[in-house]
Amino acid sequence: MNRKRRTGFIVFCILPTLLLFSLFVIYPTIQVFSKSMYNWSGLGDGMTFVGLENFMDVLNDGVFLTSLKNTAFLMMVVPFITLFSALVLASILSKGNLREKSLYRVVFFFPSILSFVIIGILWSFIYHPTMGVVNSVLEFIGLENMQRAWLGDKDTVMWVIAFTMVWQAVGYYMVMYLAGMDNIPEELYEAASIDGATAIQQFFKITIPMVWEIVRITIIFSINGVLVISFILVQVMTSGGPSDSSQVVLHYMFQQAFRNANFGYAMAIAVFVFVISIGLSMLSNKLSEREN
Amino acid sequence: MNRKVKQGSKITRIILRIILLFLTIIMVYPLIWNIIASLKSNEEILESPWTLPDVLHFENFVRAFTEANIGGYVFNSILVTVLSLSIMLILAIPSSYVIGRFNFPGRKFLHNFFLAGLFIQPILIMVPLFLLVNDMKITNNLFSLSIIYAITNISFSIYLLIGFMKTIPKEYEEAAVIDGCGYISTLIRVIIPLAKPGIITVSIFNFFTFWNEYALALVLITSDEKKTIPVGLVNLMEVQRYATDWSALFAGLVIVLIPTVVIYIFVHKKLTEGMMMGGIKG
Repeated sequence: MNRKRRTGFIVFCILPTLLLFSLFVIYPTIQVFSKSMYNWSGLGDGMTFVGLENFMDVLNDGVFLTSLKNTAFLMMVVPFITLFSALVLASILSKGNLREKSLYRVVFFFPSILSFVIIGILWSFIYHPTMGVVNSVLEFIGLENMQRAWLGDKDTVMWVIAFTMVWQAVGYYMVMYLAGMDNIPEELYEAASIDGATAIQQFFKITIPMVWEIVRITIIFSINGVLVISFILVQVMTSGGPSDSSQVVLHYMFQQAFRNANFGYAMAIAVFVFVISIGLSMLSNKLSEREN
Repeated sequence: MNRKVKQGSKITRIILRIILLFLTIIMVYPLIWNIIASLKSNEEILESPWTLPDVLHFENFVRAFTEANIGGYVFNSILVTVLSLSIMLILAIPSSYVIGRFNFPGRKFLHNFFLAGLFIQPILIMVPLFLLVNDMKITNNLFSLSIIYAITNISFSIYLLIGFMKTIPKEYEEAAVIDGCGYISTLIRVIIPLAKPGIITVSIFNFFTFWNEYALALVLITSDEKKTIPVGLVNLMEVQRYATDWSALFAGLVIVLIPTVVIYIFVHKKLTEGMMMGGIKG
């Protein structure tokens, strides 16, 4: 009797979550993989099985390849700059004897609570050719010839998007690292100072190895974060332009599905993204493990 | 010798302060610029990013409410956030309680099954999710949007809550049983109060996620009256590109930013604590 009640309680607690999770998370995930092998334009019927054709088409699609290149660029540049700056800032705030350091924690963390949409809108005005502060600063310091339409220029658009992403995330990771650094015993640094190690040597030889476990997790976090954030920033700031030069994979997937009604094709792109993101997670996990 | 070291560190400290101050300006500048721009006239915005407004144009805020429907978007976002948070908690608390503290066949499987969701970003499945919701005829519905928000973000909540549930000593439950509590009342009267710090942390995190969510709301909500704040703002930006009423857009952004900033100031301790916990445990 008691056993029955216990089983009943367990089922009662788990079942709703299990059903909804299977319906709205697991089922769509399976759909991504199965429907990627269909040609499917428009809602309702009209679905034809095409096997691997979508994947072949995707690999021959110039815009997709651009979007892949841009995403790869962001995945390499943004996590590297963000995490490294976060480590440096965290070590300054954790070791440096600054009375106002808790203020910096609050201020640097602040951008990570903002919605990406708001960040996208604000930064498109910062980079704006005539109203923007970047060009106006350049004019002020006499570098007029460097002024440009930052988001409208193929050469700069990816870099300024990358900068926006670093701005958004650096404080977030800094806070994560601070937790780890506050736990490093002070004696390690004292011993190193006596042996004559400089602050930079201590940073690389003590601080980074001691927080490496957290760094490993954040590498994966940050690489995966690029996918989502780049979608929203590109959508808000450039719509992939000028002429698809700032296209990223998820934004292209979105356009194929909701602009061109190429649902099967869009899901083939999603499969690529799935494979890439899982592959990268595993790879970065492996690499960071070996280095440890 | 000792003095020299001290002096050296004084200079380093000054250099560090200058760098940190510079970074602080970069971090808060967009916000301050936004607030100033929201009080300027359109002509002043076009002139230069540095000038201050001659008169404070508070009517921009009125325009944002009356013409740009910011009030409606805010209302929808509040509704969706409250609903999603409630649904998330109603689902995640019992599930994490059972998985964290009961032993039953399939427990480990369920644990891993839910945690697999950590690798499935909602945005990656937005196309089939849209098609599914469309088939079920529940698009353009703030309630179904809330269920989807809750469930697509539940893995992280369950993961964090299980950690909290495991720290509660067994004796509390045993005492509750002796006092004649059933399973449900033990959960409500004993476990939930004890797991309160975890529940608060999870709620704060999800609050920001739900309040700021964009991609799913973009595809699952079609009518203007039901749009949430992020979708509404992008919409407003598109409209103003042609109408060039930038000051109404910036006023709209401020209306949305201020509550976020105020809430952040109140909860930032909890937020960063929770984040550190997640980071270390993960």
